[in-house]
Amino acid sequence: MSERAKDRPEAQQGAPGEAGSAEAHGGAGAGDAQSGGSGGDGGGDGVEAPARIVPPGLPDRGAEYVVLALLALAMLFAVGFIVVYAEYSPAEVPNQLLGVCIGGALGFAALALAVLARRLVVTEELEDDYPQENPREQSEIAQLVHESASRITRRRLLLGAGAATGGVLGLAGLTPVLSLGPLWDTAPLDYSPWRRGRRLVDPHGYPMLASEVEEETFYTAFAEGADREDIASVLVVVRLHPSELRLPKGREGWAPYGILAYSKICTHAGCAVALYRKPRFPVVEAKPALVCPCHYSTFNPATGASVIFGPAGRPLPQLPLMIDPSGHLRAAGDFSGRVGPAWWGVREGPPT
Amino acid sequence: MSRLARTIATRLRGAAGARARWGALSAAALLLAACEGVALAQPRGGVLTPPSQPAKPTVQLGHELFEANCASCHGGLGQGISHPRPGAGDISGAAPSLHGVGAEAADFYLRTGFMPLSNIHAEPSNRRVPFTNKQVEAITDFVASLGAGPAIPHPKPRAGALNSGFELFTEDCAGCHQSLARGGFVTGARVPPLQGVDATEIAEAVRIGPYLMPRFSTKRISDAQLNSIIRYVLSTNRPDNRGGWSIGNLGPIPEGLVAWLAAIALAVLCLGLGRRLRA
Repeated sequence: MSERAKDRPEAQQGAPGEAGSAEAHGGAGAGDAQSGGSGGDGGGDGVEAPARIVPPGLPDRGAEYVVLALLALAMLFAVGFIVVYAEYSPAEVPNQLLGVCIGGALGFAALALAVLARRLVVTEELEDDYPQENPREQSEIAQLVHESASRITRRRLLLGAGAATGGVLGLAGLTPVLSLGPLWDTAPLDYSPWRRGRRLVDPHGYPMLASEVEEETFYTAFAEGADREDIASVLVVVRLHPSELRLPKGREGWAPYGILAYSKICTHAGCAVALYRKPRFPVVEAKPALVCPCHYSTFNPATGASVIFGPAGRPLPQLPLMIDPSGHLRAAGDFSGRVGPAWWGVREGPPT
Repeated sequence: MSRLARTIATRLRGAAGARARWGALSAAALLLAACEGVALAQPRGGVLTPPSQPAKPTVQLGHELFEANCASCHGGLGQGISHPRPGAGDISGAAPSLHGVGAEAADFYLRTGFMPLSNIHAEPSNRRVPFTNKQVEAITDFVASLGAGPAIPHPKPRAGALNSGFELFTEDCAGCHQSLARGGFVTGARVPPLQGVDATEIAEAVRIGPYLMPRFSTKRISDAQLNSIIRYVLSTNRPDNRGGWSIGNLGPIPEGLVAWLAAIALAVLCLGLGRRLRA
């Protein structure tokens, strides 16, 4: 291996360099045999305009307009993305429309570049080694680039349009950043369907009877008549013995017969709090807890769902309950705090 | 005269009553002492079995096994011990009362190997069952005789529907047990996987809620729904892997790991190929 490896680089170090330079010369020569020779002289003198390397092409006004039109379309779609994003509330943003907008913007920008490359830029293939410091070749390359644009007449306009498209596309890409903070419309984040007197219904839509809520198990409940997709609608309901309760001050009477209702949405990242641990023999086993399966935030239902483990930064909001004369569970008000994951600036505080 | 007769009669009655009370008390003390003696004689690791007597009624055999292996925590008569107190060896016994738990709970805890526990702070887990089937039946009969309680359920998973079983399982069980019943964790405890668990055990666990698991009564999950859930759980023994490669059926974590490893391998391959081509 070592011997072969030694042989090889030596054999090949010479070869590619020579082949590359030969090709470069050949390429230039093929374009204009005479200018290839005199180009060297011109570069050395640096007084007269150097002879052409790239064959001149005819201006193509039509293609330029096509490129401009395509860039304009790309900008239009990018602006459309921003408008759509701004126009709809976060919960109702039509993803398909956003996709069409950003897809259209990128697609038209790509088309514009394709047309530019195929119809306006003079193409010339060159292959070379990574150049040594060589001012002559460097100026040759600069010249090459310059001359490649010889068919373009409205240089500034095209450059401007290209820059504008890039700018608007970048802006469209940045738009979703707005979702991180309450800069725009944050009302939907504070929406709650719960009012005093609203009934709790089970997942099948039947109103929940207080007498059917048992200890040592858990229930999922929703606000009657509300949209179930709404994160403030869904509850986890458990029942503890009233003597076990240690609710925070001001929540007297929130848990009739020990029945407790908390938002089922974890205050850390918004997962459903789907785990309930209930000890069979509390003397030696762990206390009852509501646990989120995503990152194991653990809440103590007896103390107003205070966080006893995990990354959640605040307790699950509690919903005050009451029992109506027919024995059904009803809300006695709104949540004790904001529902949902902790977004920018929200730790504690009642819903507005 | 009549007065004297009455006093003598009451004195006599009182004496008889006192004697009866003393009798009962001393009998109880004797029994307790006997239990304690058996309990103290309990070996640390394994279980203690009484000498075999083929004609022994099962309840009596169960009682003897119970006293030998369960009483240091559950009390001699299954009345439970609410505060840890030193028992045999280094065992500090405390356990819930077994009055009224019925054959259901006894059968579940014994056949899964959850009981007997090596110490009260240990988490019950599936272990080799230290008793023979006959002994398990005997202890179960004895526990059932302690108070009226639910009998061993007989679920019929064939009568259940797989799709509604899947829905119910994801709603009520998958939070802890994972949607393909591969188990997982809850804060402070492991959640067992449910592969290879039989229908009766699943039904018992749902109804009694062992250890930290919630309990689901027939009001919460009907017997018909339970049949569907069991049918689904049994189907997770051999799930239909549409992708061909299950990667443990553990969801996105192993899939992500495999994707990363595959991507790294691919990147290394590409680097190698690139170096070859350049050389």
